[in-house]
Amino acid sequence: MAVIQYREALNQAMSEEMERDDRVFLMGEEVAEYQGAYKVSQGMLDRFGARRIVDSPISENGFAGIGIGAAMVGLRPIIEFMTFSFSYVAFDQLVNNAANMRYMSGGQFSVPIVFRGNSGIAGNLGATHSHRPEALFSHFPGLKVMMPSTPADAKGMLKAAIRDDDPVIFIEHENLLGDKGEVPDDPDFVVPIGQADVKREGSDVTILTYSRSVMTSLKAADKLAEEDVSVEVVDLRTLRPLDMDTILASITKTNRCVFVEEDWYYCGIGAGVADRIYRAAFDELDAPIQRVAAKDAPIPYNRTLELDILPNVERVVEAVNSVLYR
Amino acid sequence: MAHAQTEAKPIVDREQALDWLRQMLVIRRFEERSAMLYQRQKIGGFCHLYSGQEACAVGSIGVLREDDYVITAYRDHGHALARGMEPRAGMAEMLGKASGCSKGKGGSMHFFQANRNFMGGHAIVGSHIPLAAGMAFASKYRGDDRVTICFFGDGAMDQGALHEAFNMAGLWKLPVIYVVENNLMSMGTHLHRHSAVLDLTQRGGPPYGFSASVAVDANDIEAMAETTLEAANRARAGEGPTFIEAKTYRYRGHSMSDPMKYRTAEELEKARERDPIALYEVVLRERGWVDDEGLELMQAEVKELIDEAIAHAEEAPEPGLDEIYTDITVSPHIPQE
Ligand SMILES: Cc1ncc(C[n+]2csc(CCOP(=O)(O)OP(=O)(O)O)c2C)c(N)n1
Repeated sequence: MAVIQYREALNQAMSEEMERDDRVFLMGEEVAEYQGAYKVSQGMLDRFGARRIVDSPISENGFAGIGIGAAMVGLRPIIEFMTFSFSYVAFDQLVNNAANMRYMSGGQFSVPIVFRGNSGIAGNLGATHSHRPEALFSHFPGLKVMMPSTPADAKGMLKAAIRDDDPVIFIEHENLLGDKGEVPDDPDFVVPIGQADVKREGSDVTILTYSRSVMTSLKAADKLAEEDVSVEVVDLRTLRPLDMDTILASITKTNRCVFVEEDWYYCGIGAGVADRIYRAAFDELDAPIQRVAAKDAPIPYNRTLELDILPNVERVVEAVNSVLYR
Repeated sequence: MAHAQTEAKPIVDREQALDWLRQMLVIRRFEERSAMLYQRQKIGGFCHLYSGQEACAVGSIGVLREDDYVITAYRDHGHALARGMEPRAGMAEMLGKASGCSKGKGGSMHFFQANRNFMGGHAIVGSHIPLAAGMAFASKYRGDDRVTICFFGDGAMDQGALHEAFNMAGLWKLPVIYVVENNLMSMGTHLHRHSAVLDLTQRGGPPYGFSASVAVDANDIEAMAETTLEAANRARAGEGPTFIEAKTYRYRGHSMSDPMKYRTAEELEKARERDPIALYEVVLRERGWVDDEGLELMQAEVKELIDEAIAHAEEAPEPGLDEIYTDITVSPHIPQE
């Protein structure tokens, strides 16, 4: 296994799937000649040519729609949003067309498409560029939503997304793009959609989380281990559909749960997941589920304020202590 | 060697002309010093500089009234300064300080100054274009004769929001001036790779029934001023929107992180031969309105002004953590706290 960056893992996933299947192509702003605004598609134009690596104008609603149309007639587009903040320009296409197509055509049309790009609060970009759209998109039946936390997951999950016959919202994290890790080179290495992963085993508390918050949670778990608190960290990986089996197995083991996410608290992913846990396993819980999320404000530019908005190790530790009544 | 472009009779007096030259110098210096501060990581986020395009903002905003509205995209420092924002308020914003024009919460891409009717820098490409139509709609609704001017780049021409706003602006004859600053690039994509029609005046005005659609050499500040003034007069007379294609060029990368590999040294060199500031200096010398001594003095003043702005910004306090929950429209949902 080679050690590569998260962004290279994404590149490998797309490149391998394009090798395998001529129907797969990549379209978006600056993906070709500029080599990708975040260098995810570096080298792909040389390798696959302008027919398959397509630079588009800044017309999110337009090229998202073009992708959906192409998918309805048999292609398998990967549409890159430079960042997911810009996907809102294409919101109509994503939620009215992509999400509904299979259902409202009575199953006649599927839309095998991946909308991918980075999101997250990263580097003082201010309110417009610091979105976390995962809860929003997870709300819509018809969309699958995936958020990898490690390079290996990035590769395996993106391959699964590309191979899927329905629209997948695939959200990367800007602060993870440069992370390195071991990534399998097997061209059929796939991390199935809807499969959570126990990133760290533990017995006292379960932390449910995803994307960069996995890293924050693992750090908090290390810290808590020094105080003999054993934390299990479960990376949901796919936010819709949810892997309830893995979630419930962990809750049944630890009987306590903290949910950590970078999105806002109100109507966040944690709210939906907590509801499902309460309905499925209320009796298993020894304490109410605690949620750690971003503070409820648009994201400010100023560094100090921006950092303060995000969940951090300290807040996670505090939440774990509170479900342990420590 | 720069050549004078404006031969017609001056549309401004000496005082105004020197003020415009000075404003362009302020913008240039503000931007170049910002680049240095960015490299020293004093400025965070994205930082899109305006160097090379100064005559566009200064010439057009310079002929508008104080009660007119000005709105722009994320390359907004130049427009803000041309609108009279104090460099210290802009610089403090870049450094994220409480005394910044958006209290340190907006950053480089989101400058605002309400008391100068500077309606903001906006960072989602094209999404501010309907806002401009809305401001113009309000003027018409109230029956005042204010004009709104809206700046955006050639890349924004491809956004659906622009076309919807243009249709309504034309339909309702709104008093708005749309200025596309065609610097030939949207990030790393050249105009010919994002637009099938290269003459943007064909895409801008005609399909929407604007009162006019004109191209102007935006390196020629007085040409820019004249075109804008005509547009403003038409708008105030109820004749509706004008589309201006301001032909210009940016010297720097799209943002500070762009190495600009798509440009050759020769292309840049050639563009610099028509530097808007140098061109205007020649014009003003020919008119006998400025000489070496005057220019040196002006440059020294501008340097001092920007030095002072930076000193202020560096010393200014950070916003307090309680600022996270101020200026929010609805009361925040605060769990656990
Ligand atoms: C809706 C949206 N899509 C993409 C981006 C990323 N982006 C920021 S600026 C830019 C290029 C815009 O070029 P142009 O409109 O020509 O303006 P210029 O930079 O030349 O002033 C892109 C693609 C964005 N901010 N918003």
